[in-house]
Amino acid sequence: MSSNSPLRRTALDALHRSLGATMTDFAGWDMPLRYRSERDEHLAVRTKAGLFDLSHMGEITVTGPQANRLLDHALVGNISSLGVGRARYTMICQEDGGILDDLIVYRLGEQEYMVVANASNARTVLDALQERAAGFEAEVRDDRDAYALIAVQGPESPGILKSLTDADLDGLKYYAGLPGTVAGVPALIARTGYTGEDGFELFVAPEHAEKLWLALTEAGSPVGLIPCGLSCRDTLRLEAGMPLYGHELTMALTPFDAGLGRVVKFEKEGDFVGREALLRAAERAEQNPPRVLVGLVAEGRRVPRAGYAVVSGGEVIGEVTSGAPSPTLGKPIAMAYVDAAHSVPGAPGVGVDIRGSHEPYEVVALPFYKRQK
Amino acid sequence: MSNPQQLRYSKEHEWLSAAEDGVATVGITEHAANALGDVVFVQLPEVGDTVAAGETCGELESTKSVSDLYSPVGGEVTAVNEDVVDDPSLVNSAPFEGGWLFKVRVTEEPADLLTADEYDTHIAG
Repeated sequence: MSSNSPLRRTALDALHRSLGATMTDFAGWDMPLRYRSERDEHLAVRTKAGLFDLSHMGEITVTGPQANRLLDHALVGNISSLGVGRARYTMICQEDGGILDDLIVYRLGEQEYMVVANASNARTVLDALQERAAGFEAEVRDDRDAYALIAVQGPESPGILKSLTDADLDGLKYYAGLPGTVAGVPALIARTGYTGEDGFELFVAPEHAEKLWLALTEAGSPVGLIPCGLSCRDTLRLEAGMPLYGHELTMALTPFDAGLGRVVKFEKEGDFVGREALLRAAERAEQNPPRVLVGLVAEGRRVPRAGYAVVSGGEVIGEVTSGAPSPTLGKPIAMAYVDAAHSVPGAPGVGVDIRGSHEPYEVVALPFYKRQK
Repeated sequence: MSNPQQLRYSKEHEWLSAAEDGVATVGITEHAANALGDVVFVQLPEVGDTVAAGETCGELESTKSVSDLYSPVGGEVTAVNEDVVDDPSLVNSAPFEGGWLFKVRVTEEPADLLTADEYDTHIAG
């Protein structure tokens, strides 16, 4: 990010400041990092509910009679097979199979989709979709400024939302979305999230964001809802074993390298960008696996950070991609790519080089945390 | 937030108490604790270690980052706060009191330590 351009502010900026948020530059946006204790915010989402401003996420609308065929061509997933009102986790890759971004695609109508990209990649995804749309009867629209995005996450979130909407939330499954009205405000209500908990993401016009935030705060406070910043969002997704672009996912990796080959649908109709390279990547991953993404749990208290070397017997065998103190486990945890030979849970003698000192770590299967259903 | 008048401050956001029998207490300021976020691990010097003014003598880990701990003065460490090692959140909840870090018998004191008012100006700028 250029440090010269002014940070972008969301529609809720004044509210965050009035709540005393510590703000941070995230992909060129001035976003709440935390309001008070990030640990308390994390635990509120795990046990009660948390309220997030995610308006930095990039929305792109794709419409037209061939919108489905364009997305099948441009993305690695089988988007045509998605029912109206459903959502899917997918990726957009380069011709060489490298991951450009991970995405959630919502099918809003027979001929209408909303693609949600990471803030840091939204421009890249928009450009790629517009380029890949050539020859398709479909329109790619930049809706990055058309929406504010508010998430309410945690076990209390269905009850909180129910008190503010007539929409059929019980009929709204995980990874589904429907248009409705929340607190008098028109919203796309999606049952998605990035925390490992049940929860909702509400896409609304920016001018309605403040009204919705305040209504959710009022409805949720009695059951323990608190505003939550990006710091706890990161520890929540890490505990849930969810990848973050720029950390577990990069242009240098294919979905197969990241252990997410299941999002690539070779069986779908027609060619798609990256298909040939991804076929080879799938074969490579099967026969001669490169490094494997694993979980690491500390035996000590020092925290591994992205970029730290994973070691065994004095040799570097991998690299940490994300690390943090886990509020749920009470120990430092990390995700790391390690050589396949050391990737089995319980693999002996694995450590992390924490500023020169080799600290012992246990290799575990991901995720670190799974909610009880 | 208010920085206690009776303490002096370094530009690296440590505080130093007035010495009693030559021994002063060191901690980090509330401003620094707020900037770090929840502190989860504290590595302190050991009793008997010699620390130098303005040099690294430990580290503080928070959710997002790790930061070096600097000693605002030089001297010999006479005590470390074991409570804060067991419960690093004391640095956040009581940075000027229960969250103190170590005590040092002062042999070297830089001339540029700040008063509370000067430190207020330093962190406002």
